Amino acid sequence: MIYNFFVFRDRRDRHRSKSRDSGSRGDKSVTIQTPGEPLLDAESTRGDDRDDNWGETTTVVTGTSEHSISNEDLTRVTKDLEESTPLECKRFVGPALGGCLSFFALVTPLAFLILPQVLWRDALEPCGTPCEGLYVSLAFKLLVLLISSWALFLRPPRATLPRFFVFRCLLMVLVFLFVASYWLFYGVRVLEPRERDYRGIVEYAASLVDALLFIQYLALVLLEVRHLQPAFCLKVVRSTDGASKFYNVGHLSIQRAAVWVLDRYYSDFPVYNPALLNLPKSILSKKMTGFKVYSLDENTTNNSTGQSRAMIAAAARRRDNSHNEYYYEEAEMDRRVRKRKARLVVAVEEAFTHIKRLQEEEVASSPKHPREVMDPREAAQAIFAPMARAMQKYLRTTRQQAFHSMESILTHLQFCITHNMTPKAFLERYLTAGPTMQYQQQNGRGRQWTLVSEEPVTSALRHGLVFSLRRLDFSLVVTVTPLPFLRLGEEFIDPKSHKFVMRLQSETSV
Amino acid sequence: MSFVPGQPVTAVVERVEIQKLRQGENLILGFSIGGGIDQDPGQNPFSEDKSDKGIYVTRISPKGPADLAGLKIGDKIMQVNGWDMTMVTHDQARKKLTKKKEDVVRLLVTRKSLEDAVKHSKCSYAKH
Repeated sequence: MIYNFFVFRDRRDRHRSKSRDSGSRGDKSVTIQTPGEPLLDAESTRGDDRDDNWGETTTVVTGTSEHSISNEDLTRVTKDLEESTPLECKRFVGPALGGCLSFFALVTPLAFLILPQVLWRDALEPCGTPCEGLYVSLAFKLLVLLISSWALFLRPPRATLPRFFVFRCLLMVLVFLFVASYWLFYGVRVLEPRERDYRGIVEYAASLVDALLFIQYLALVLLEVRHLQPAFCLKVVRSTDGASKFYNVGHLSIQRAAVWVLDRYYSDFPVYNPALLNLPKSILSKKMTGFKVYSLDENTTNNSTGQSRAMIAAAARRRDNSHNEYYYEEAEMDRRVRKRKARLVVAVEEAFTHIKRLQEEEVASSPKHPREVMDPREAAQAIFAPMARAMQKYLRTTRQQAFHSMESILTHLQFCITHNMTPKAFLERYLTAGPTMQYQQQNGRGRQWTLVSEEPVTSALRHGLVFSLRRLDFSLVVTVTPLPFLRLGEEFIDPKSHKFVMRLQSETSV
Repeated sequence: MSFVPGQPVTAVVERVEIQKLRQGENLILGFSIGGGIDQDPGQNPFSEDKSDKGIYVTRISPKGPADLAGLKIGDKIMQVNGWDMTMVTHDQARKKLTKKKEDVVRLLVTRKSLEDAVKHSKCSYAKH
């Protein structure tokens, strides 16, 4: 109810301020957002409802009806549904399988050793010092295997890939085949005939452990080391606003490269702000009103391409001033933003001067000035009021109001006060658009991205490959180019060879 | 007036004959030279091509022998008494100009206005 009321007031305010030039008559009221308003997911679409003409050309949905639902609500609901998909079990199948297999592989040598002892202990030949040496080395190698598997491979996966991770599958199959064949031979040669040479059995188990160590080495190289040396340069461009970055990666498959790029996307790219996208309609609409071309010649067939080409040519010849308007609009926008920013900075600086940290010694000081001692939250609330209006106006001008609710601003203010930050440090978060990570809420659901590619996603990166990572309302287009081969030459400069002379310019009279 | 190394240099030149004036024990000509293959050609204010290392007239004393003979400031000296001045050091040029045994020096000088005049007359000739 309250939310709907707020939206209605908002429309009216904008309608009022749109009708003449900005700045001359400001809002007299402070619009307060309810603290409980959920922070929208930073990447959701709000639709272009900050359009100036919105209030005039559409029917107003009265805010008091309980069944009304606006565009924003709809998108928000779909977003919520998407984000709250149940914790997928698919995420954990891979690691679980790997875990089982490695447990099986680690237990096998011990089983090889223990089974003869359990089953036919009396018939075994005693085995002296060499066996003990083998026991120690076996134990040590198993320990190393255990620790390194834990350190390297037992990590919660951070992404689910659309296809199987080829190398990992290959290695798991290899390990399985290996261990299975060892068991086969064990069963045939040892268990059946009840082999009595215990030393041979211990050596057999030791060889299995050696082989497992080598497979682990192979896994290390294939999974971890191979992609460290840079070989390709990826250009990542966001489709909606052209923000781009270049990254160097090694030899990866397309899906792994996609995960790599997304890791960097969340901390390098400025957050996607749908409100900043398009030129205002007032500038673009001039182009729409072209004039129609009628063909009066009845003999010719309806040549539609000819007609449209004629229209385009006519439109191009017509003197078109929209670039002029765009330029002035941009300059005006810049000026407005800078003005609001100046007001904000001054308001915040002033607000910060109202409080100061209470030193320990002052607690016991004079009761003449009994000052109210506040905790950070209360202090933040106390100084928020004078800067609230300037902050809200600034956020509105830079179209960032969707990313910061009053609650989040208060929390951030409290954080800054606690850590003795200056007003500039407090404002850093609002003056520049930060990376997407800054606006994320931590929930375990994960983000849904779609990998769009013309090649199968398990194929390796190569020159000229293009794939894109799509989300609901924007996509990242990635182009692959190989890094150039460098021919490094050598030139030796003798330190004594640095010599200089003055430039001559003499003039002689004759 | 720029040249290509290895190719012959062509220029429109003017013959200037200067009589040396005796001043005490010196024979003076009344002008100053600058340039030479051992000098920095970029500093020459009179040359068109800043890599030209020829000998240029940088100053003329008014009413001196050179002024009376018609030498102009900014002229490039191509020959002095038959000696080439396009590829000499500054000191060599000075020596060729100040030989005690010679009373008169015959210079071949070139300047931009000479080239322009020839070109202009060629064009106007071609029109007819």
